[in-house]
Amino acid sequence: MTPCTSSRLLRLVVILILLVLPFVLSSYGLSIFTKVLIFGILAMSLDILIGYTGLVSFNHASFLGISAYTVGILAVHGINNFWLTLPAGIIAALLLAMVLGLLVLRSSDAYFLMITLAFGQMLYALAWRWRSLTGGDDGLAGIPRPEIGLPISMNDYHNFYYLVLIFFGLSFYALSKFIRSSLGRSIIGVRESESRMQALGYNTWALKYLAYIVAAGFAGLAGVLFVYFNGFISPEDLSWSLSGMIMLMVIIGGAGTLIGPVIGVGVIFILQNFISAYTERWPLFIGIIFVICVMYARNGIVGYLLKLEAKRRRCNESPGSKEHL
Amino acid sequence: MKALEVKNICKNFGGLKVLQNVSISVETGERRAIIGPNGAGKTTLFNIISGITTASSGEIFIFGKKVTTLSPYHRARLGLGRTFQKNNLFSDMSLLENIYLAMRINKSPLNMQDFLQQWGMWNRRNIKVKKLSYGEQRQVELLLALAQAPKILLLDEPTAGMSPVEKGLILQMIKGLDRSITILIIEHDMEVVFNLADRITVLHLGQVLCEATPEIVKAKPRVQEIYLGTTGEEGWH
Repeated sequence: MTPCTSSRLLRLVVILILLVLPFVLSSYGLSIFTKVLIFGILAMSLDILIGYTGLVSFNHASFLGISAYTVGILAVHGINNFWLTLPAGIIAALLLAMVLGLLVLRSSDAYFLMITLAFGQMLYALAWRWRSLTGGDDGLAGIPRPEIGLPISMNDYHNFYYLVLIFFGLSFYALSKFIRSSLGRSIIGVRESESRMQALGYNTWALKYLAYIVAAGFAGLAGVLFVYFNGFISPEDLSWSLSGMIMLMVIIGGAGTLIGPVIGVGVIFILQNFISAYTERWPLFIGIIFVICVMYARNGIVGYLLKLEAKRRRCNESPGSKEHL
Repeated sequence: MKALEVKNICKNFGGLKVLQNVSISVETGERRAIIGPNGAGKTTLFNIISGITTASSGEIFIFGKKVTTLSPYHRARLGLGRTFQKNNLFSDMSLLENIYLAMRINKSPLNMQDFLQQWGMWNRRNIKVKKLSYGEQRQVELLLALAQAPKILLLDEPTAGMSPVEKGLILQMIKGLDRSITILIIEHDMEVVFNLADRITVLHLGQVLCEATPEIVKAKPRVQEIYLGTTGEEGWH
């Protein structure tokens, strides 16, 4: 079987598993998986920044948060049509990125990380203090599932899972296409060598700005789905701790692999749910996994697996390998 | 027509005067070598011409257009290509992807296959650049600049760290370039410099010490003294 065929087969199996999951899992298990898919979109969007552009952003939760708050506020005011709230949430995240991008992309490296952290915390404080709009530390509760204009109810967790799955699939496809496009290659070029890209004639600032906005747009989509999933939004959902957690997911899964961050989300959420049943100190175990990743698998789980696969192929291709085996 | 004019460029890093009133004028199609001992300010001058570093004062013109305040990518789009002293490539990408990035933005009329075949690298196209030998990477450094179809080419020590055979190959590549491309080269290997340059500018302690044809520069005792620490004719060999 060629690597291409096995890769297609693997994809088909994964799609089939995702489609039959609602018939296999309990409602609790399905809700964890729904959350994994939503945060998977968020982690993939952060991977565009960390893995492909080389921008370690520490305010990615801001885009999820502003989108979720937009939907929450609309819902509180009686607007719950999904086809209105979805673009509203995404546009809010895009607008925020357009403004923040102008400011944060003036810096790079550790300074970029620090300034994104600062802006993230400013938005967190704004959500905390602007009680009349955001509900302050009480947040916005009781956000109903959306109306999608079809004779199916999103209150049914199976239906909501499929809605999320569709958006996850579309996001994965769109982001894969984006990074394989000539624009995506240029963005990777910025990560590899910004000075060389400039010497070739690329406006690297514009490329980074575009990547920042694209990432924010998909984080906004995750925010819309998240607030409908959770039914509640509070300042904690745009705090630095959530931004840090997503960053951890991207790094553990494998930055620059797109699917890796989704696996990172899965590993952390599943561990969080299983281990927290036995001990309150579940973050300790996640910390241990992070340390192991940093020490032994710097490219994350997927990066490590790809390395093993490349090694296996080299062994198979090298002359006399059969004799060695 | 003047391809490049550098007028009274000064660069200070704090109290350190790296370049002081440097003026250079290069004709279209000329091969100009910039030589000088380490710390003379050669690479800083290249960085200022390409826009990576901002000059403290002075002006730069490319084909008569003032570019002093333009960003590096604007200058590149005016036809300024450059190589770097240390390899500055897209290491995790294949050779083909590297060339693709160079050609794409400049809408180069060149064909990738023809281009790589011309330079004998087509069979290496799918190899990640970081897996190529050092000599090949230096070649790719030059190919990236050529792939953007430059009108002015700045070469920062293109043969640094190469074996004599590899040096010969790079020298042949540069010598074979069309005269429509203006070349400025920083090089320590005098064989390469005298083989290639129409004129030589000698930089010393951030100032232009002299500018003349290779024969005249070769004969200047002061240049030999500061560059080689000798006044003997045999010093250049």
